[in-house]
Amino acid sequence: MNSTEAGLAVRRTDSQTRRARRMLPSLWKETAVGYLFIAPSLLLFAAFLFYPLLKSVYLSFYLTDPRGRVAEFVGLDNFTALFRSEAFWNSLLVTLKFTALTVPTGLLASLLLAALTYGKLRGMRAFRFVFSLPVALSVSTASVIWMMLYHPTTGTLNYFLTKLGLTPVQWLTDPAWALVSISIMTVWMNSGFQYIVLLSGLQGIADDIFDSARIDGSGPFRTFFQIIVPLVSPTVFFLSVVSVMNAFQSFGQMNILTKGGPAGSTEVFVYSIYKEAFVNYQFGTGSALSLVLFAMIMLLTLLQFRFERKVHYH
Amino acid sequence: MTRRLVQYLVLLVAAIAVVYPIAYTILASFMTPDESAQYPPKLFPSHPYLGSFRTVLDLVPLQTFLWNSFLISAAVMIGQVLTAGMAAYAFVYVAFRGKAFWFAAFISTMMIPWEVTIIPNYLTVKSWGWLDTYQGLTVPFLASGFGVFLLRQFFLQLPRELFEAARIDGCGHFRHFTIVVLPLSRPALASLAVYAFLGAWNMYLWPLLITNSDAKRTVQIGISMLQFQEVTVWNLVLAGVTLVLLPSLLLLALGLKQLVRGLTAGAVKG
Repeated sequence: MNSTEAGLAVRRTDSQTRRARRMLPSLWKETAVGYLFIAPSLLLFAAFLFYPLLKSVYLSFYLTDPRGRVAEFVGLDNFTALFRSEAFWNSLLVTLKFTALTVPTGLLASLLLAALTYGKLRGMRAFRFVFSLPVALSVSTASVIWMMLYHPTTGTLNYFLTKLGLTPVQWLTDPAWALVSISIMTVWMNSGFQYIVLLSGLQGIADDIFDSARIDGSGPFRTFFQIIVPLVSPTVFFLSVVSVMNAFQSFGQMNILTKGGPAGSTEVFVYSIYKEAFVNYQFGTGSALSLVLFAMIMLLTLLQFRFERKVHYH
Repeated sequence: MTRRLVQYLVLLVAAIAVVYPIAYTILASFMTPDESAQYPPKLFPSHPYLGSFRTVLDLVPLQTFLWNSFLISAAVMIGQVLTAGMAAYAFVYVAFRGKAFWFAAFISTMMIPWEVTIIPNYLTVKSWGWLDTYQGLTVPFLASGFGVFLLRQFFLQLPRELFEAARIDGCGHFRHFTIVVLPLSRPALASLAVYAFLGAWNMYLWPLLITNSDAKRTVQIGISMLQFQEVTVWNLVLAGVTLVLLPSLLLLALGLKQLVRGLTAGAVKG
């Protein structure tokens, strides 16, 4: 064992000196190999990420014709027009509301379910499978399903409401309800992913921590708030960053269920970009909007990392 | 004891709430049109009726949509694993000039939301004549900064001695990559594969923008168009959703563990 290790070490220094002697050609060759290996990714990033990002900045200073060719330089006019328009502030507000409605509720519910099902009790495997189910759904299948459930006359949700003696709700056509309805559907749709991630976070915690907590007579609430929550907080943090990003980038459910309506009450940011660029063919203002989205996502992520550094300690 | 009871009760209520939309969809798609339109709504079909499936397959080319989605997702999956694997290899094993700079550039791609680049990308793809083609649906997604990062973290954990030994045996970078590193990294490659496949399968905005014929449409777009075509016949829509849903549910049941690994791949702290 020892002798082979020593032998390896000797050979390693040997090879190092040999490499040092032919430093120049080998360095050149290494560099060529390195660029060859990163070339496919690099080319794709250049074409579909870096170039478009710069092009977005460029387009945002111009007015374009419907075919996307620049027509006139307008400086910062696209941006000032945005900040003056009511639609911009509305979509910003809708996006923030949507984030506030979906992220904390979804995380809390998933954390609760993960904490209740992580143990080895009878039947937990079945529950774990059920709570993971929504991960199999995409935005469009989930939206179509909920469209049926939300249907004002044939949808079963209103049927259940009347059964309970409540008045039926115009889920998707009442401006006061539309965003809430979409949020309920979104929380449901995302719960599978959040649950799976939190469950594997919980399962990474050693069993003896829970055992010793039980021996110390820690009740379910104390265990949840003083042991589970702090221990999975890195996972929760990761999920909250991802979920906020997702909320800011949501589009499919609004496009399928409400088309941004009624009265703009579900017109989130990406929907505005889509409408501006691909319905109104205003690629200039569309680009300005997407850059604002970029800046906001950056800012939020930065804030979340700041926040984490402040509260979180291992 | 009562504590256990409360726990099971809460779980049962939550389970019903989570499962209901899916169960409703699947059960209602086996109902006859009359049954599904009944009020009060029924939960179970009186007998399994398969007519809706037949009708929906006649009306909408769901097979084509599913096949398109499968092709695109498989291409994106293979592409991302290959490009990310190669780049990650270079960042771990090859000492080349400008490595730190390019690594930072690759990592920074994870910060750029896809929506920000969508307008120029649409214009690019359009000017190349790639609208409504498989290239247009796949090529922009063949590289992944996240994939590079994930695989790099895994390659870093591989024993360094293997690399030294392979070099001494005269093994070049290409052979070392294909014969030593890739086979050893199967778990990480599988995680990335699942992650990439799912991401491509669930894409919505991009295929919505660049496809306009049934021949190239993906299942996500096809399924959301059912509602416009057959507004009144709900159980046809539900039958279509069920047909699309069953394969994914089956995969979930069979491969929950791999899926979990793929999905939580992003949660691994570097």
